Amino acid sequence: MNEAKVVITYDGLQGLVDGLAARGYQVLGPTVRDGAIVYDAIARVDDLPAGWTDRQEAGRYSLERRNDGALFGFAVGPQSWKRLLHPPIETVWTSRKDENGITITTEDRTYPKFAFLGLRACEIHAIAIQDRVFCEGAYPDVAYEMRRQDTFVVAVNCGQAGGTCFCVSMQTGPKAVSGFDLVLTELLNQGSHDFLVEAGSEAGAELLAQVPHHLASDAQLVSAEAVIERTASGMGRRLETDGIKELLQSNLNHPRWDEVAERCLSCGNCTMVCPTCFCTTIEDNSDLAGASAERVRKWDSCFTMDFTYIHGGSVRKTARSRYRQWMTHKLASWIDQFGMSGCVGCGRCITWCPVGIDITAEAAAIRAAPHAVKGDHHGGS
Amino acid sequence: MEGLEHILSEHAFFEGISAENRQLVSGCARYHSFNAGQYLFREGELANEFFLIRHGKVALEIVAPGQAPIIFATLGEGEIVGASWLVPPYRWTFDARAVEFTRAIGIDAACLRGKCEADHHLGYEMMKRFLPILVQRLHATRLQILDVYGKR
Amino acid sequence: MAVPPLPDPLVPQVYRVEQVRRELSDTVTLELKPRSGSRPAFEAGQFNMLYAFGVGEVPISMSGDRANKAAFVHTVRDVGAISGAIAKLEVGATIGLRGPFGTTWPVSAAEGSDIVIVAGGLGLAPLRPAIYDILANRGRYGRVVILLGSRNPDDMLYRHELEQWRQRLDVDIEVTVDHANVDWHGHVGVVPALIPRAEFDPHDTVALVCGPEVMMRFTVSALRDAGVPIDRIYLSMERNMKCAIGFCGHCQFGPTFVCKDGPVMRFDRIADIFTTREV
Repeated sequence: MNEAKVVITYDGLQGLVDGLAARGYQVLGPTVRDGAIVYDAIARVDDLPAGWTDRQEAGRYSLERRNDGALFGFAVGPQSWKRLLHPPIETVWTSRKDENGITITTEDRTYPKFAFLGLRACEIHAIAIQDRVFCEGAYPDVAYEMRRQDTFVVAVNCGQAGGTCFCVSMQTGPKAVSGFDLVLTELLNQGSHDFLVEAGSEAGAELLAQVPHHLASDAQLVSAEAVIERTASGMGRRLETDGIKELLQSNLNHPRWDEVAERCLSCGNCTMVCPTCFCTTIEDNSDLAGASAERVRKWDSCFTMDFTYIHGGSVRKTARSRYRQWMTHKLASWIDQFGMSGCVGCGRCITWCPVGIDITAEAAAIRAAPHAVKGDHHGGS
Repeated sequence: MEGLEHILSEHAFFEGISAENRQLVSGCARYHSFNAGQYLFREGELANEFFLIRHGKVALEIVAPGQAPIIFATLGEGEIVGASWLVPPYRWTFDARAVEFTRAIGIDAACLRGKCEADHHLGYEMMKRFLPILVQRLHATRLQILDVYGKR
Repeated sequence: MAVPPLPDPLVPQVYRVEQVRRELSDTVTLELKPRSGSRPAFEAGQFNMLYAFGVGEVPISMSGDRANKAAFVHTVRDVGAISGAIAKLEVGATIGLRGPFGTTWPVSAAEGSDIVIVAGGLGLAPLRPAIYDILANRGRYGRVVILLGSRNPDDMLYRHELEQWRQRLDVDIEVTVDHANVDWHGHVGVVPALIPRAEFDPHDTVALVCGPEVMMRFTVSALRDAGVPIDRIYLSMERNMKCAIGFCGHCQFGPTFVCKDGPVMRFDRIADIFTTREV
């Protein structure tokens, strides 16, 4: 879109929210609850986490008060938008059994129209990655497509890098360059609280046109660029991505996997908070009488003991093999499967790991000593 | 003697052996044939001969009291039967039964052991030929023990 | 290899059990017909997800002749709750079925070459459709060799058919068992041991291998020792499957999804991960 960049006020932001509600969207955005930033329904701009920021480190997360009233002055919380587009539980179909046999029924479903307010660049990439997984294979996930097609995205360029962020390494941010209907950059200066807005679609431009706005001044454009540059230079982590696929795929027996296995609890937190992890399981349940049954699809994690169960045992019995699977899938196999990395550098897995395992540190350790072997070697006949 | 040497030269077990060593071995060799059902040897008997199968099939079996014999291996043309002749106390540890009409060359164990003691080059030559066969059979036996086709 | 997508690939179609044939003490072959319409086409090597009402789904390879256009034929062994429920179905029962899914044995691509088929135990079931295809066009292939390993002579799958195929003069069949009693006059020993004695040209052979993974590993070793190149050896892999359409992630084997990049896989493409433990 070649629209000029415009500026709206705090009240203008409320106008966007009202406009979305009037168009039948469920507006969702960040809120403070239970000591974390979680996504919930937004009716008023005041519902947003004004004046809050987050402190994130490996295995640690807490909210702190800012000394200003920034609405988006934090990175990302434990949830990602995937719980809305790719819900944790979904009934796929129900069936009945009688003297004539089985009948299977799918229900007509209505899908809500979501408007996501405050989507970050890394999260836009995460959604694009899940689009690739669910929409572009031989068997598109119809329910996902239906949920996705009406989604309105109001993105926000991050004004504050998180302690575990590395979107710069993954080339997924901090600036949102596509995948949005509107993108905001929060401009908080002495006495003014405005938002630089850019439309990324006709729907975005049309909504923006209805809210009072004026062309951005040069000073405001410079200010917005400075926000993004400040964020980019404040990344908490780095991941060297050069040749990472070959590096990990040729080091499947590296001793570092044994080392991380001693720390990893196989709790699966990383897979729950990761915005791109997509694994599910299928559960077939029936009532006690055996007359009705249903199929339910639920989030699953490759860290569970029976994820790979076959013929009386699991292929990946050890924590070592399961951690290796998660990390090599995320950073290496994903590229073979979908033509892009599975990681967007949001840092959630680092923050929410109870023992603080850091994917960037693990990758760096293997890169520092590739093809290392364990101390002793045993032959056998 | 010439006929036996010729047969030995054509048997897979002695492929590439020097003429000198072949002559030494053939001095301990003789012809055998077994009808279907006939035993080459029984468990516990003195292992005084080992066999090169020229034609036919031999089943290796073990009998447990109160149970029918179980065949754990069959050997055929080009293969050898018997390694216990190499190892004291030189007694067979299983039964060997011809499944069908089988022609074999028997090599007298005491004779060959004596010649190997006298000529270590011949001894090493025999070891080099036996060991790969035993290793391969050990490997195959391990796979059989795994019972891969059974239920977990 | 491409198969057009089905209407909703997570919803099973209802099929009726037309015939049940007991193969072994714990194994049956079911013939399944759709309640309405005709069954979709399939290629040798593919599988369906069979749904036992209220119990669950398992992937089972097709094991029937493609020429039987009316029904799907599946050989099922009772090894757990779901397969057990399916193996106990009687004629007239209904079952859910999704498919066909997966990649196929290279039956057409192998024309002009020798074929060596190595089956271990129940591994003969996914290979049987390929054998039917090959025998139906026997003239297009060089030598055809079928090597089969079983636990013992009583556990041999499709024995009646093996004996029929053996009566043809243009197919070499050798079977071996892990152990036997004295009534058995055939080979006793492991399947790889049959390979050095089989007659085929390793420089122009396509090998199709299916069975327990341990058996496949050592069979591939023996084929390579015999000189068969690794890009002409095909295996049928198995992993835990839930969706069969590449979403649930359970069947991943390295970077491959066994449900859509397999189950039939060319060995050179998986050689590294095949020998890595717990991949």
